Amino acid sequence: MARILIQFAHPALSKSQVHRVLIDYCRNQKNVTVNDLYESYPDMFIDVDREQKLVLQNDIILFQFPLYWYSSPAIIKQWFDLVLEHNWAYGSRGNALAGKKMGCIISCGGGPDTYLPTGRNHYPVDQFLLPFEQTARLCKMQYLPPFVVYGTFHITKEVIRQSGEQYQTILSALANDRLNALNYQEATYFNELLPDLQTVGQV
Amino acid sequence: MQQTFFFQAMVYLASAVITVPIAKKLGLGSVLGYLLAGIIIGPAGLEFIGQEGTDIMHFAEFGVVIMLFVIGLELEPSRLWHLRKSILGMGGVQVGATSLVVAGLAILFGIDWKQALALGMIASLSSTAIVLQSLNEKGLMKTAAGQSSFAVLLFQDIAVIPMLALFPLLASDTNVPVVEGGHSHTTLVDSLPAWLQPFVVLGSVAAIIAVGRYATPPLFRIIARTGMREMFTATALLLVVGIAVLMTTVGLSPALGTFLAGVVLANSEYRHELESDIDPFKGLLLGLFFIAVGASIDFQLVMANPGLILSLVLGIMACKLIVLFLLGKSFSLSNNQNSIFSFGLSQVGEFAFVLFSFSLQEGILSKEITDMMTAVVAISMAFTPLVMLLNEKLMLPRLTVKQDEPEKESDLVEQDNPVIIAGYGHFGSTIGRFLQANNVQATVLDSNSDNVDYLRRMGFNVFYGDASRHDLLEIAGAARAKVIVIAIGDEAKRLELIETIKKHFPELHILVRSTNRYDAYDLMNAGMLHIYRETLDTSLRVGVDALTLLGYRAHEANRSAKTFFIHDERTLKRLSAIRNDDEYVHAVRETQSELEQILQADRTAESLRVDEGWDEGSLIAENNELVK
Repeated sequence: MARILIQFAHPALSKSQVHRVLIDYCRNQKNVTVNDLYESYPDMFIDVDREQKLVLQNDIILFQFPLYWYSSPAIIKQWFDLVLEHNWAYGSRGNALAGKKMGCIISCGGGPDTYLPTGRNHYPVDQFLLPFEQTARLCKMQYLPPFVVYGTFHITKEVIRQSGEQYQTILSALANDRLNALNYQEATYFNELLPDLQTVGQV
Repeated sequence: MQQTFFFQAMVYLASAVITVPIAKKLGLGSVLGYLLAGIIIGPAGLEFIGQEGTDIMHFAEFGVVIMLFVIGLELEPSRLWHLRKSILGMGGVQVGATSLVVAGLAILFGIDWKQALALGMIASLSSTAIVLQSLNEKGLMKTAAGQSSFAVLLFQDIAVIPMLALFPLLASDTNVPVVEGGHSHTTLVDSLPAWLQPFVVLGSVAAIIAVGRYATPPLFRIIARTGMREMFTATALLLVVGIAVLMTTVGLSPALGTFLAGVVLANSEYRHELESDIDPFKGLLLGLFFIAVGASIDFQLVMANPGLILSLVLGIMACKLIVLFLLGKSFSLSNNQNSIFSFGLSQVGEFAFVLFSFSLQEGILSKEITDMMTAVVAISMAFTPLVMLLNEKLMLPRLTVKQDEPEKESDLVEQDNPVIIAGYGHFGSTIGRFLQANNVQATVLDSNSDNVDYLRRMGFNVFYGDASRHDLLEIAGAARAKVIVIAIGDEAKRLELIETIKKHFPELHILVRSTNRYDAYDLMNAGMLHIYRETLDTSLRVGVDALTLLGYRAHEANRSAKTFFIHDERTLKRLSAIRNDDEYVHAVRETQSELEQILQADRTAESLRVDEGWDEGSLIAENNELVK
């Protein structure tokens, strides 16, 4: 079984609708560790040693956060800056992360139609996540397609609950190594893989 | 004389010390324990006390007076106003209906209507002492049942006054001979002309309110400043005794007077201190009162007519219970609350003894009736803890299962703040202000009366008292709070407070201020996890500003300070582990060598390396190698 580390970042969780539910769906999952970054480092003073140890203990690193200004909340960027040290995560002698998987679990305010060339946000979500994709590559990790919860400005409780269940399905598939049966690298979003995941789960 | 006094005191104390813990252990409650102690040492048992039991009872009634003072302290006027419907409505209907029902039954049994009415009124009263003590002990005071019981009892206490006025009118000119002697009931007021009497009575009530409101706070402040605790206790007792004397002089109930004084003082900053100072007296005197009740049961009389007495006890209790239950129903108490309420109040109270002796003098009731009824009342009081226990064990489990109606909101909600701040100087007050800015209410304890006074005038919720006393912590809500902040400046006092908290409130999270490293070691030895050295953060902020003035970038200096802070906390923990007691002896040398150790730790610290992710040195080096 694969061990999953969820690097969770929400600077104002008490005001969140989606992530409070999503995070509940992974709290008691087997093989899943939730690392609440803003709770652990309220002053953004990240304990690099602790974080590196955590990463080493896990096979899959998921970054879960709401999309702010087409990117992650500040602490995730801080985390990348400080934890992914040269010659540890990357560079000629940096192989600590090699072979691990990395992905993003995000929510965004606008609906899918706003992330079209004709929409308000002009680019698709996966393009905004390019820094993550390339970081994974530089650290010799496999980049998973992102799981996106759209339209949180007008989302219903029912849709949030469904998203939570989908998240749970993804986590259990990842933990049980069921993903390799699918051609996941072809998918742009994890959302596309969900129907197939369910059938794989049946087998 | 002294010999007998000490012997008596020893008998009372010994009987209580032996029986009460046993009764508590058996789940019977302390009231039953005291009553049993009274029966054992009374005429029916070991005969240590004889007829003087009733005298002691009069003395011990002062316990009831103090109890009402304490109750008053817990009831702010605004809350009392909230309870007005329950007091007048429930209390009024209870006294009226019970009087009429019991009187009606008495008439059916062929008793003269005047005597019947007197008996009815006496029977309508319940025992404030027993009921409130038992409810408190079971922690039921805040429930709907507790509040309703309290309201009814309060009304009964007030109702005694018009009853005393009404009784002479019931004196029948027929068959009952007037008994001479006893203590005369002429008060100072009786000697005044009739038109003046109401003014004197109203005047003394107004005097209590005025004194409580304006004169006592400055007085307590002066006394508190002397720093002698026993003077504070003496003043508190003086206040209660003085009011009792005043009330008796004008012919009002002393219990009512002290209750009023308590309510007036409920808003004052000395409330907690007063409460904890008076509490032991209340407890002991009430205990004495219960012992006296136990001892006054005339078992010879009971043995002579066991059937009659028992059926009278059960009959009266059943009458009261039915009236109370219907009353509770109509005031929409839920079934289980209603059963606590009606079983609890089903006995006849201590005021009956007063009214019996009064009606004997006035020639309303005959000696046979009052003797018999005194036994009936005492037995009904003794039955109360048993009845309540029966209700708890047999009735409540059944009622609770099918309970689906929501419990009535309690009128009186004690302000249970999640945080207690001990010490409200510059350190503690900043914490308090910060919490208040985040809408977190804190109960504040401070032992500087000038400080307390000033802060209260500024509208803060501050109480005067020494926080290391567990009774004061209890009253401040330590059993229900989540966090206590120890912001006291005195190191020894802090350790004392920690010991108290660990012993009595182990669930409470303790955040403690410490003066310096050495104090922090002591606090660690005391098992503290959250220790805040008062100078550490500030010194580092000075260091950061110094670096910035020297041309360091602000962000880097800040992060460096934070790194140093974490490193220093770690060093503190490590050094505390390797420290031994002998070093205490050489305090000065120790300071030297410890500073050396700390500096050594700083120099070699792996934990002081910082922000290497932002350091491009190794990247540049690697690139250069590639270029070559």
